[in-house]
Amino acid sequence: MKAEKNAVLTGAHFIDGDHAACEGAIAAGCKFVAGYPITPSTEVIERIALRFPLVGGVFIQMEDEIASSIAIQGAVWAGKKAMTVTSGPGFSLMMEHIGYAAITETPCVFINVQRSGPSTGLPTLPAQADMMQARWGSHGDYEVIAIVPNSPQECFDLTIRAFNLAEEYRVPVLVMMDECVGHMTEKVVIPEADQIDIVERKFTKKPPGEYKMFETNESMVPEMIKVGDGYRMHLTGLTHDERGYPAMSPKVQQKMLRRLVDKILLNEEKIRHIEEDEVEGADIVVISYGITSRVVLPAIKKAREDGLKVGHIRLLTVWPFPEAYIRDLAKRVSAFVVPELNLGQIVHEVERCAAGHAVTRLVPHAGGAVHEPVDIYDAIKGVLEHA
Amino acid sequence: MKKVQGTVVIKADSCKGCAFCVEFCPTGALHLSDSYNAKGYRIPELIDETKCTGCGLCGLFCPDFAIHGFIIKKVA
Amino acid sequence: MHEQQTATAEVPEVKNPVESLLRMDRMPHIWCPGCGIGTTVNCFARALEQSKVDLDKTAIVSGIGCTGRVAGYLNLDSFHTTHGRAIPFATGLKLANPDLKIVVYSGDGDLFAIGGNHFIHAARRNVDMTVICVNNLIYGMTGGQVAPTTPVTAKGTTYPYGSYDPPFNLPFLADSSGAVYVARWTVYHVHHVTKAIKEAILHRGFSFVEIISPCPTLYSRRNRLGDGLDQMKFYQENSEIRHGANTKDVDIDFQKKIIVGKFVERERKTYRQLMNEHLTSVFGEQYTKYEG
Repeated sequence: MKAEKNAVLTGAHFIDGDHAACEGAIAAGCKFVAGYPITPSTEVIERIALRFPLVGGVFIQMEDEIASSIAIQGAVWAGKKAMTVTSGPGFSLMMEHIGYAAITETPCVFINVQRSGPSTGLPTLPAQADMMQARWGSHGDYEVIAIVPNSPQECFDLTIRAFNLAEEYRVPVLVMMDECVGHMTEKVVIPEADQIDIVERKFTKKPPGEYKMFETNESMVPEMIKVGDGYRMHLTGLTHDERGYPAMSPKVQQKMLRRLVDKILLNEEKIRHIEEDEVEGADIVVISYGITSRVVLPAIKKAREDGLKVGHIRLLTVWPFPEAYIRDLAKRVSAFVVPELNLGQIVHEVERCAAGHAVTRLVPHAGGAVHEPVDIYDAIKGVLEHA
Repeated sequence: MKKVQGTVVIKADSCKGCAFCVEFCPTGALHLSDSYNAKGYRIPELIDETKCTGCGLCGLFCPDFAIHGFIIKKVA
Repeated sequence: MHEQQTATAEVPEVKNPVESLLRMDRMPHIWCPGCGIGTTVNCFARALEQSKVDLDKTAIVSGIGCTGRVAGYLNLDSFHTTHGRAIPFATGLKLANPDLKIVVYSGDGDLFAIGGNHFIHAARRNVDMTVICVNNLIYGMTGGQVAPTTPVTAKGTTYPYGSYDPPFNLPFLADSSGAVYVARWTVYHVHHVTKAIKEAILHRGFSFVEIISPCPTLYSRRNRLGDGLDQMKFYQENSEIRHGANTKDVDIDFQKKIIVGKFVERERKTYRQLMNEHLTSVFGEQYTKYEG
C-alpha cells in the first residue's frame, strides 16, 4: 500500500522537525489528531490544524493531554489512524493511556518532543530524559516501540515508520524527538506518494460470530475490526480473554501479558533500527541517539585522528532495546561510551547488556543544551585508561 | 374489570431478592415466597395469577433481569 | 425447581426483552442486591428499542466503577475505558465516525470527579452524544468513599463523621456547560427514565440524563437508610416532578425532596456541524470533509 497522493507534499522543503513530523503523519495516513498546546511540540499540532482541512483529517484541541491521549484511541476504534503530540509534563499525563493502548492493542502514535524536567523544567530547551519513562512510565508490565529521529528529515521518515509499526504490531509507538530536533530547520525531502510504503490496518475477514477480539496465530498480533461493522465488540482495560471479556485470573493474566510482551520482544530483530559506523574492529564504540548522535561526530572524528579505533552506533529505535545486538558486540569491543542528555538512562541498558564484557561509560548532561563535543572526546580518550 | 390476563417468568437463579417487583406491582399480584434460591435469596412468585395484567412493570424494575411479565390472553 | 417458573404451565415462553441487548454469557452481573444500575439498563434497552436506532451503529462507552461495568454487559460495540475518560474516548469515536450513535454510560464519581473536566468541555463543544449518569451519591466499587455528589452530612468512609464537602448539582452543571437536553429522574421512575433516554438519544447534540440510584451496600447501609427497596420507596415519596425547573434550584440535600423532570431541551449546532460549516466557508470546495 502506498501513501495517498493528495496527502503528500512531494518536494524539497526547508522546515523544522515538528513540521516534518506533521507531514510524516499525514503521509502515513493519519486522519485524526487530538492534542493540547505544550512547548516545544506545539508546532506539530499547529501545522496539523492548518493542513487537515485540505486532506480530510480532523484535528481537535482537547482540554488536556489525558483527554487527547484517549480521544485518539476512540478514533482508532472507529477505523482511523490517529496520533497525539506532547512534551514533558503532557507526556507524564498520558502515561495511563499508553498502558490502555498497550493492553487493548490499539495502534496509535504518541510524539514526545522532549524538554528538560522534572516538572515544568526548561520548557524551551532540550533533553533526552524521558527515555525510561517511555518504556516504563505506565504501570504494569508491557512493551512499546520507541523511535528517535535526529533530524527534520528523520522526523518525517520515522513518523511514517511509527505509524507502520503501530499497525503491524498493534502497539502504541512513541516518537521520542527532542527540542533541538523539533525546532531545527533543515532540508526535508518528501518523496512522491508512490514511493512511500504504508502499512494498512489488518481488518479481519471473519464474520461476526466467528471472530474473537484477541485470538491470534503465530504472528501474536490479533486482527482488528472497527465500530459499526456489526461485530458488537467489547474492549476493556481489564485483563481479558480471547473474546475481550474481563477475566480475573492469574492464568489469563499470564497468557495475555506474555503475548503482549512477546509480540514485541520476539520481533526485536525485525523492529531493530540501528546505524553503524566503523563498528567492525573498533575498540571503543560510542552509542548515541537523537540530537546527541550529531554532537558526538566531532568528538569521534578527533579521537580517530588521535589513532583510536572508535566506532559509532546510532539507535534509531531505542525500544525494544537491541539487547542481543549489544550483548554480541560487547564481546568484541573494549568499551562503550554513552552520551545522553540525561543523568543516565539508556546507559543502564547498555551496561546490562555489556554484562562485564565491555567497560561502559556514561557521558551525562542535565539538559538545557547539548553536550560540548570535548566532553565526549575526553570520555572516549579516558574510558580505557580508567577502566 | 380486568381486560387481559398476564403472567410472569421468573429466573430464580438470577434473583437477588430485592423485592422491587413485589413492591411496585400495580395489582399486587406478586409476593416474596418462602422459597430461597441457591444463593440464599428469597424469590418472588405470582400470588394471584388472575391479578396479573402482564404489564411488564416487574421486568422493567428488576435490576437482575430475573423476572418479566407479559400478556397471555384477552379476557372478555 | 426454580429454573424457570411460569404461573401458567401451557404459556409459551416469552423472552425478557432486555435479553436481546445483553451479553447473556456474562450474566449474572456483579451488582449488589437492591442496586439500581440493572434497572437503568432495562430502561436503556427499551429506550433503544423504541428509538429505533441501528444497534450495529450504536456504541456504548463506560469509564470505571460499578456503572462503568454496564458497557461490558451490553451486546453493542462497547468500551470499558479508563477512569474518568469515557467522554474524551467517545469524542474521538464520534468525530472519527459521525454515523455512530454514541452513549456514555457511567457513574457520578467517574463522570464528575476524575472526569468532570471532560464533561464540561464535551458539553461546551456540543459533541453529539448522550451521557447517562447513574448517580448513587457515593463511590461503590472502591468501598463507599464520598463522591462530588454526596450530600452534605451523608457519611462515606473518607468522611466518616459526615461530609462537609459541597456537592455538584449535576443538571445545573450540564445546563450551564451547554448541554442541549438535561433531565433527572430516579430509578423509581422507570417509565420516565426510559422516555428521557429515548429523547436524549434522539436529540442531536450533547444530552444528559441523570438517574438517582440506590447503593444499598455502601450508601444506604452506612447512612442507616435501609436497603435498596427503602431507597426506592423514599424516591417514590419524596420526588417532585418539575419539568422546566431552573436547574439552579435542583440541588440534592441529604434525604430531602428530589426535584426530577426534564429541565432543558434546546437546539445548538454540534461541534461537527460548526466545524464543517466554518471550514466550508473558509475553503469552499477545497475543504475535504472527513469521511466517516
